[in-house]
Amino acid sequence: MVQSADRPFLRLFVTPSVLVAGGFVASLAAILQYSLRAYIPGELEPGGFSLSNFAELLKPLYARAFLDTVLICAETAFFTLLLAYPLAFALVRTKNPVLKSVLLVTAVTPLFLGEIVRTYSWIIVLGNTGFVNSLLKAVGFINQPIQMMFTTFGVVVALVHVTLPVMVIMLAAAISHIDRDYEKAAASLGAGPLRTFLTVTLPLSLPGIVAGVTTSFAWTFSAFATPQLIGGGQVSTISTLVYQLGFANFNFPFAAALSLAGIVFTVLVIALLRRAAQPLEKMGGHA
Amino acid sequence: MRTSALTWLLRIAVICVVGFLLLPAVVVFIAGFNDRAILSFPPQALSLRWFERALTYGDFRHGLKNALIVMLWTSTISIVVGAAFAYALNRYEFRLKHTLEAILTSPLMIPHFTIGLGLLMLGTQLGFGRTYSIVIFSHVVIVLPFVIRSVYISLQNLDPRLEMAATSLGAPPWRVLVTIVLPLLAPGLFSGWLFAAILSFNEFTGSLFVTSQATQTLPVAMYNYVREYADPTLAALSTIYIVITATLLTIANLYLGLGKVLNVEQSR
Repeated sequence: MVQSADRPFLRLFVTPSVLVAGGFVASLAAILQYSLRAYIPGELEPGGFSLSNFAELLKPLYARAFLDTVLICAETAFFTLLLAYPLAFALVRTKNPVLKSVLLVTAVTPLFLGEIVRTYSWIIVLGNTGFVNSLLKAVGFINQPIQMMFTTFGVVVALVHVTLPVMVIMLAAAISHIDRDYEKAAASLGAGPLRTFLTVTLPLSLPGIVAGVTTSFAWTFSAFATPQLIGGGQVSTISTLVYQLGFANFNFPFAAALSLAGIVFTVLVIALLRRAAQPLEKMGGHA
Repeated sequence: MRTSALTWLLRIAVICVVGFLLLPAVVVFIAGFNDRAILSFPPQALSLRWFERALTYGDFRHGLKNALIVMLWTSTISIVVGAAFAYALNRYEFRLKHTLEAILTSPLMIPHFTIGLGLLMLGTQLGFGRTYSIVIFSHVVIVLPFVIRSVYISLQNLDPRLEMAATSLGAPPWRVLVTIVLPLLAPGLFSGWLFAAILSFNEFTGSLFVTSQATQTLPVAMYNYVREYADPTLAALSTIYIVITATLLTIANLYLGLGKVLNVEQSR
């Protein structure tokens, strides 16, 4: 390849990222290759070519896990959106700089704490001798602790907390780019604040909602520590199954097939969400 | 008045959400000072023994050392690779440009357990499974999308006329790069590096698959601890974590303006 004068550093600058991309693609190819080989119990090295892993995927157990995972992802995305919107709105629109920076740091700090610290905190909040149960007991609401650990409810609560910051950031970015003249126009034409919000602000923030929901979906699908520790084996998601298959059963071929199905599934769902949102975004009519 | 009723509704909602965000941090903070060896609430007696254990526990110290080694390599490699790629992406047209971009940013959407599993399999086949290099490579793959995006945004805000001026005055391309582009890009490069470092330090799921006992990073050591013990040591460690992170972010917000970095400032 000839280095042209207007692209002096092309080869130098692109080569490192080609190497990284190559390694990454090779690792995905390794998953594909493992998924097409037979599992020999008690052996780390997989056997010859076989499609049995993909046949195994069709078992009700795994269809069920996919369904459970999707439900958890959907619930998490819904509640995260519900909680994140008012916070993002206040964060962008408040005129008090101190309040703004408090809201910003509160919303963003959890993002940098990592999955373990956040999940562990929720174990103390939700456990049978934890914060919520002790509080309710002290007040006299309950005699027996409410079981929240090892339930889907507990997993969803913790996952909402995990995905809230990124949703707030994406919504705030969208809300901050709304031209406020549209709102003023609606108000001057006689729309009340609620109507202005519902017919102008909310539709104009749709790109942020779509970005937030898809990211929340991908993150929840990818989450491992939260369903593993708070679910405690009672809540099976694709991520916990892949780990269990790989590191408890050493069935790497099937773990590979399941992850592959996971990738295809995530890509499909995200494409579907974006497709479904397209007419809505057009309705938002961004100038 | 309807205006004030709505405003109050918004205020109450915001207070509830902030409460929800802070609740675990407050609870973990109190739990860390609990003298008893089981997680229970509220604490009967206070003590600092779990802080002492958290700071002296062998696996945590070892994990911290590994996490720092991996973090420094990851953030440095990914800022070099990511900045170079972002520059090419912003300034050049080349074959397979969009394919390469799609591959490098796909880890944003691909589950981390898949990335970890794939690199574990590849590493095992190539004979360097579970070494530092495979851990660092997996982190580079995971943080690179964030670095590329961060540097790309800084590049977009760079006035190309400055470079043209230098070129028209006879500066060769490498000199324009070193004396014009790099200094102007420095804040963007630093925030990209910092972002990569923080993400790498906290990365758990990917690390769990590719680390061994010898290379386990702090989040993996913490995970193993929760599975083995039920005492408040991890609450103490989490408290240290939360205090350091919140302090750093408050400072970053004061000096860098987090709102601008995250693109959430009201535009007019």
